[in-house]
Amino acid sequence: MVTSECVIVGGGPAGLSAAKELLEAGARVTIIDRNERLGGQLIKQTHMFFGSEKQYASHRGIDILEYLVNDLAPYGDRLEIRTGTTVAAIYQDKVLGCLKDEKYFKIKAESVIIATGASEKALPFENNDLPGVYAAGAVQTLMNEYGIKPGQKVLMVGSGNIGLIVGYQLLQAGIEVKALVEAADRIGGYLVHASKIRRLGVPVLPKTSIKRAIGEDAVEAAEIWSLDENWQGIPGTEKKLDVDTICIAVGLSPLTELLQQTGVRVEYVRELGGNVPLLDEGYRTTVDKVYACGDVANIEEASSAMVEGRITGIHAARDLGHEVENAGFRIKALQHELYDLRGGPPGEKVRQGIKKREVLA
Amino acid sequence: MIEQDGIASENMVKAEFPTQEELERPKAVIECYKRIPCNPCETSCPFDAITVGEDINDRPVIDFDKCTGCGICVFNCPGLAITVFQINDDEVLMKIPYEFHPLPEEGDDVHVVNRAGERITKGRVHKVQAGRRQNKTALIHLSVPADYLYDAITIEVIPFEE
Amino acid sequence: MRIRKHPILSFPEKDSVPFYYNGKKLYGIEGDTIASALHANGVKKLSESINLKRPRGFYCAIGNCASCDMEVDGKTNVRTCITPLKAGMEVKTQRGKGRLHGN
Repeated sequence: MVTSECVIVGGGPAGLSAAKELLEAGARVTIIDRNERLGGQLIKQTHMFFGSEKQYASHRGIDILEYLVNDLAPYGDRLEIRTGTTVAAIYQDKVLGCLKDEKYFKIKAESVIIATGASEKALPFENNDLPGVYAAGAVQTLMNEYGIKPGQKVLMVGSGNIGLIVGYQLLQAGIEVKALVEAADRIGGYLVHASKIRRLGVPVLPKTSIKRAIGEDAVEAAEIWSLDENWQGIPGTEKKLDVDTICIAVGLSPLTELLQQTGVRVEYVRELGGNVPLLDEGYRTTVDKVYACGDVANIEEASSAMVEGRITGIHAARDLGHEVENAGFRIKALQHELYDLRGGPPGEKVRQGIKKREVLA
Repeated sequence: MIEQDGIASENMVKAEFPTQEELERPKAVIECYKRIPCNPCETSCPFDAITVGEDINDRPVIDFDKCTGCGICVFNCPGLAITVFQINDDEVLMKIPYEFHPLPEEGDDVHVVNRAGERITKGRVHKVQAGRRQNKTALIHLSVPADYLYDAITIEVIPFEE
Repeated sequence: MRIRKHPILSFPEKDSVPFYYNGKKLYGIEGDTIASALHANGVKKLSESINLKRPRGFYCAIGNCASCDMEVDGKTNVRTCITPLKAGMEVKTQRGKGRLHGN
């Protein structure tokens, strides 16, 4: 059987950052990703990132992806990259069942880092299964990775950063955004992102939601309506929008299915996005040498996922017996970065969630 | 209200502006109204005119005495929240960030919009900086009538046929 | 519809890749997934719900949600949003739950 010191499942910002630390410490690493290319969702992030220089602020996500991949280049002999490969199962002895081109094979790992990220949530409304109702991040993939317009006229549902950013990126692709609706009474994401689309003529409508999609074989229109204080639609406020695409940006759920196969303890923490693993300060789960970091551990920005990945990588390397230079100092510095990234109002939710998780652990 | 619709009120905007006297020279106006973890404006400024400080969540503070209106922060701000303004007789000279195709060209007359995206006047493009340094956030120099100092914020996206 | 001009990204011309959708010859380009090639050809309906036969399309684009499952070269439940397009592929709307490969 193929063996590896550390298998990282998921080659996004968290996984790639963890890999770099492990390789630097001398470990043998395997990165597995079900996509054909590494980078996870960075591949479609055409906007400049926030944060500080330490997380490449003001660089575009697509460029950061290149930096992270290039960081691994010097360690080619100890690094195995398996893209287009789906991990279908993890057994308790850390044997991973993998699927590549219809062929099944197993890898035996000494330690496993799960960095599988998250999936976009759906929203219940009439005809929400019609073709043309897409997750916002999926539309971002279609546009920015494959260069395809999802449609010509879009309704965006949700004003978190994903809704706001994808709304802007739709405009950049030459697509009309008819409106952005938000069920809450205020914008969820950064105001700078909201102002950016508003000044380009996109109405941003709080206390408003989608009532239904209209169409036979695909979306032909959408109906929106105002919500009352109990988040219920107010009859008589319906407005029909001429759109062929409805983007759903109502949050993410951690992709913990694979992680849970290892038998780790998972608890529901709303502030972190749903069912999340219990972790110690080294991103160790409740199962020995199984780690989790990035969106699978808590829904957050990619900047934080990169920092978490690095901390996880350092701990995983040490747990495998590798020496990491200045480990204590470096971990402290990285923790400080996380503290900074989470320090303001946007980080409040995740701060609360992490506290809750610490109590549960 | 900005928290509801993304449109900064006139008072909020004016509070970020330098005095008319200071505006005889170009100055950056930062419209970063809510605390977010971000500081490239501070680190990109070659004149140390912008301070975010120890906590990167703090709002940037600009020292108009140090600001030269060079525009470097404009294309480094991930929120595209910075604009350079200068009063020149009966005109306002602006430097705005622009990330659309096609770019306007020198001499073009363009529709200028307010923070709600409504056309308010026409402006003239004087210069387009879109080199490696700008990294795809072009810096557009334009002039608009002086009356629109506190209203003008960007230009309407220029339509094109594929 | 394909994006030709973009302020941040470049989408250079690429070789076209012929494939079949329910028997009809269509063209994608190098680098497409099956789902992206279909979308570029205006095909939004990718699958059908099992019981009510309601049309289903692309949803998550990360191989997670099964909304884009199709029959490809006789194999059912292929996640077309993450499966690279190959020349000559026979892509069909899947009826029902599909079957285990090889059976």
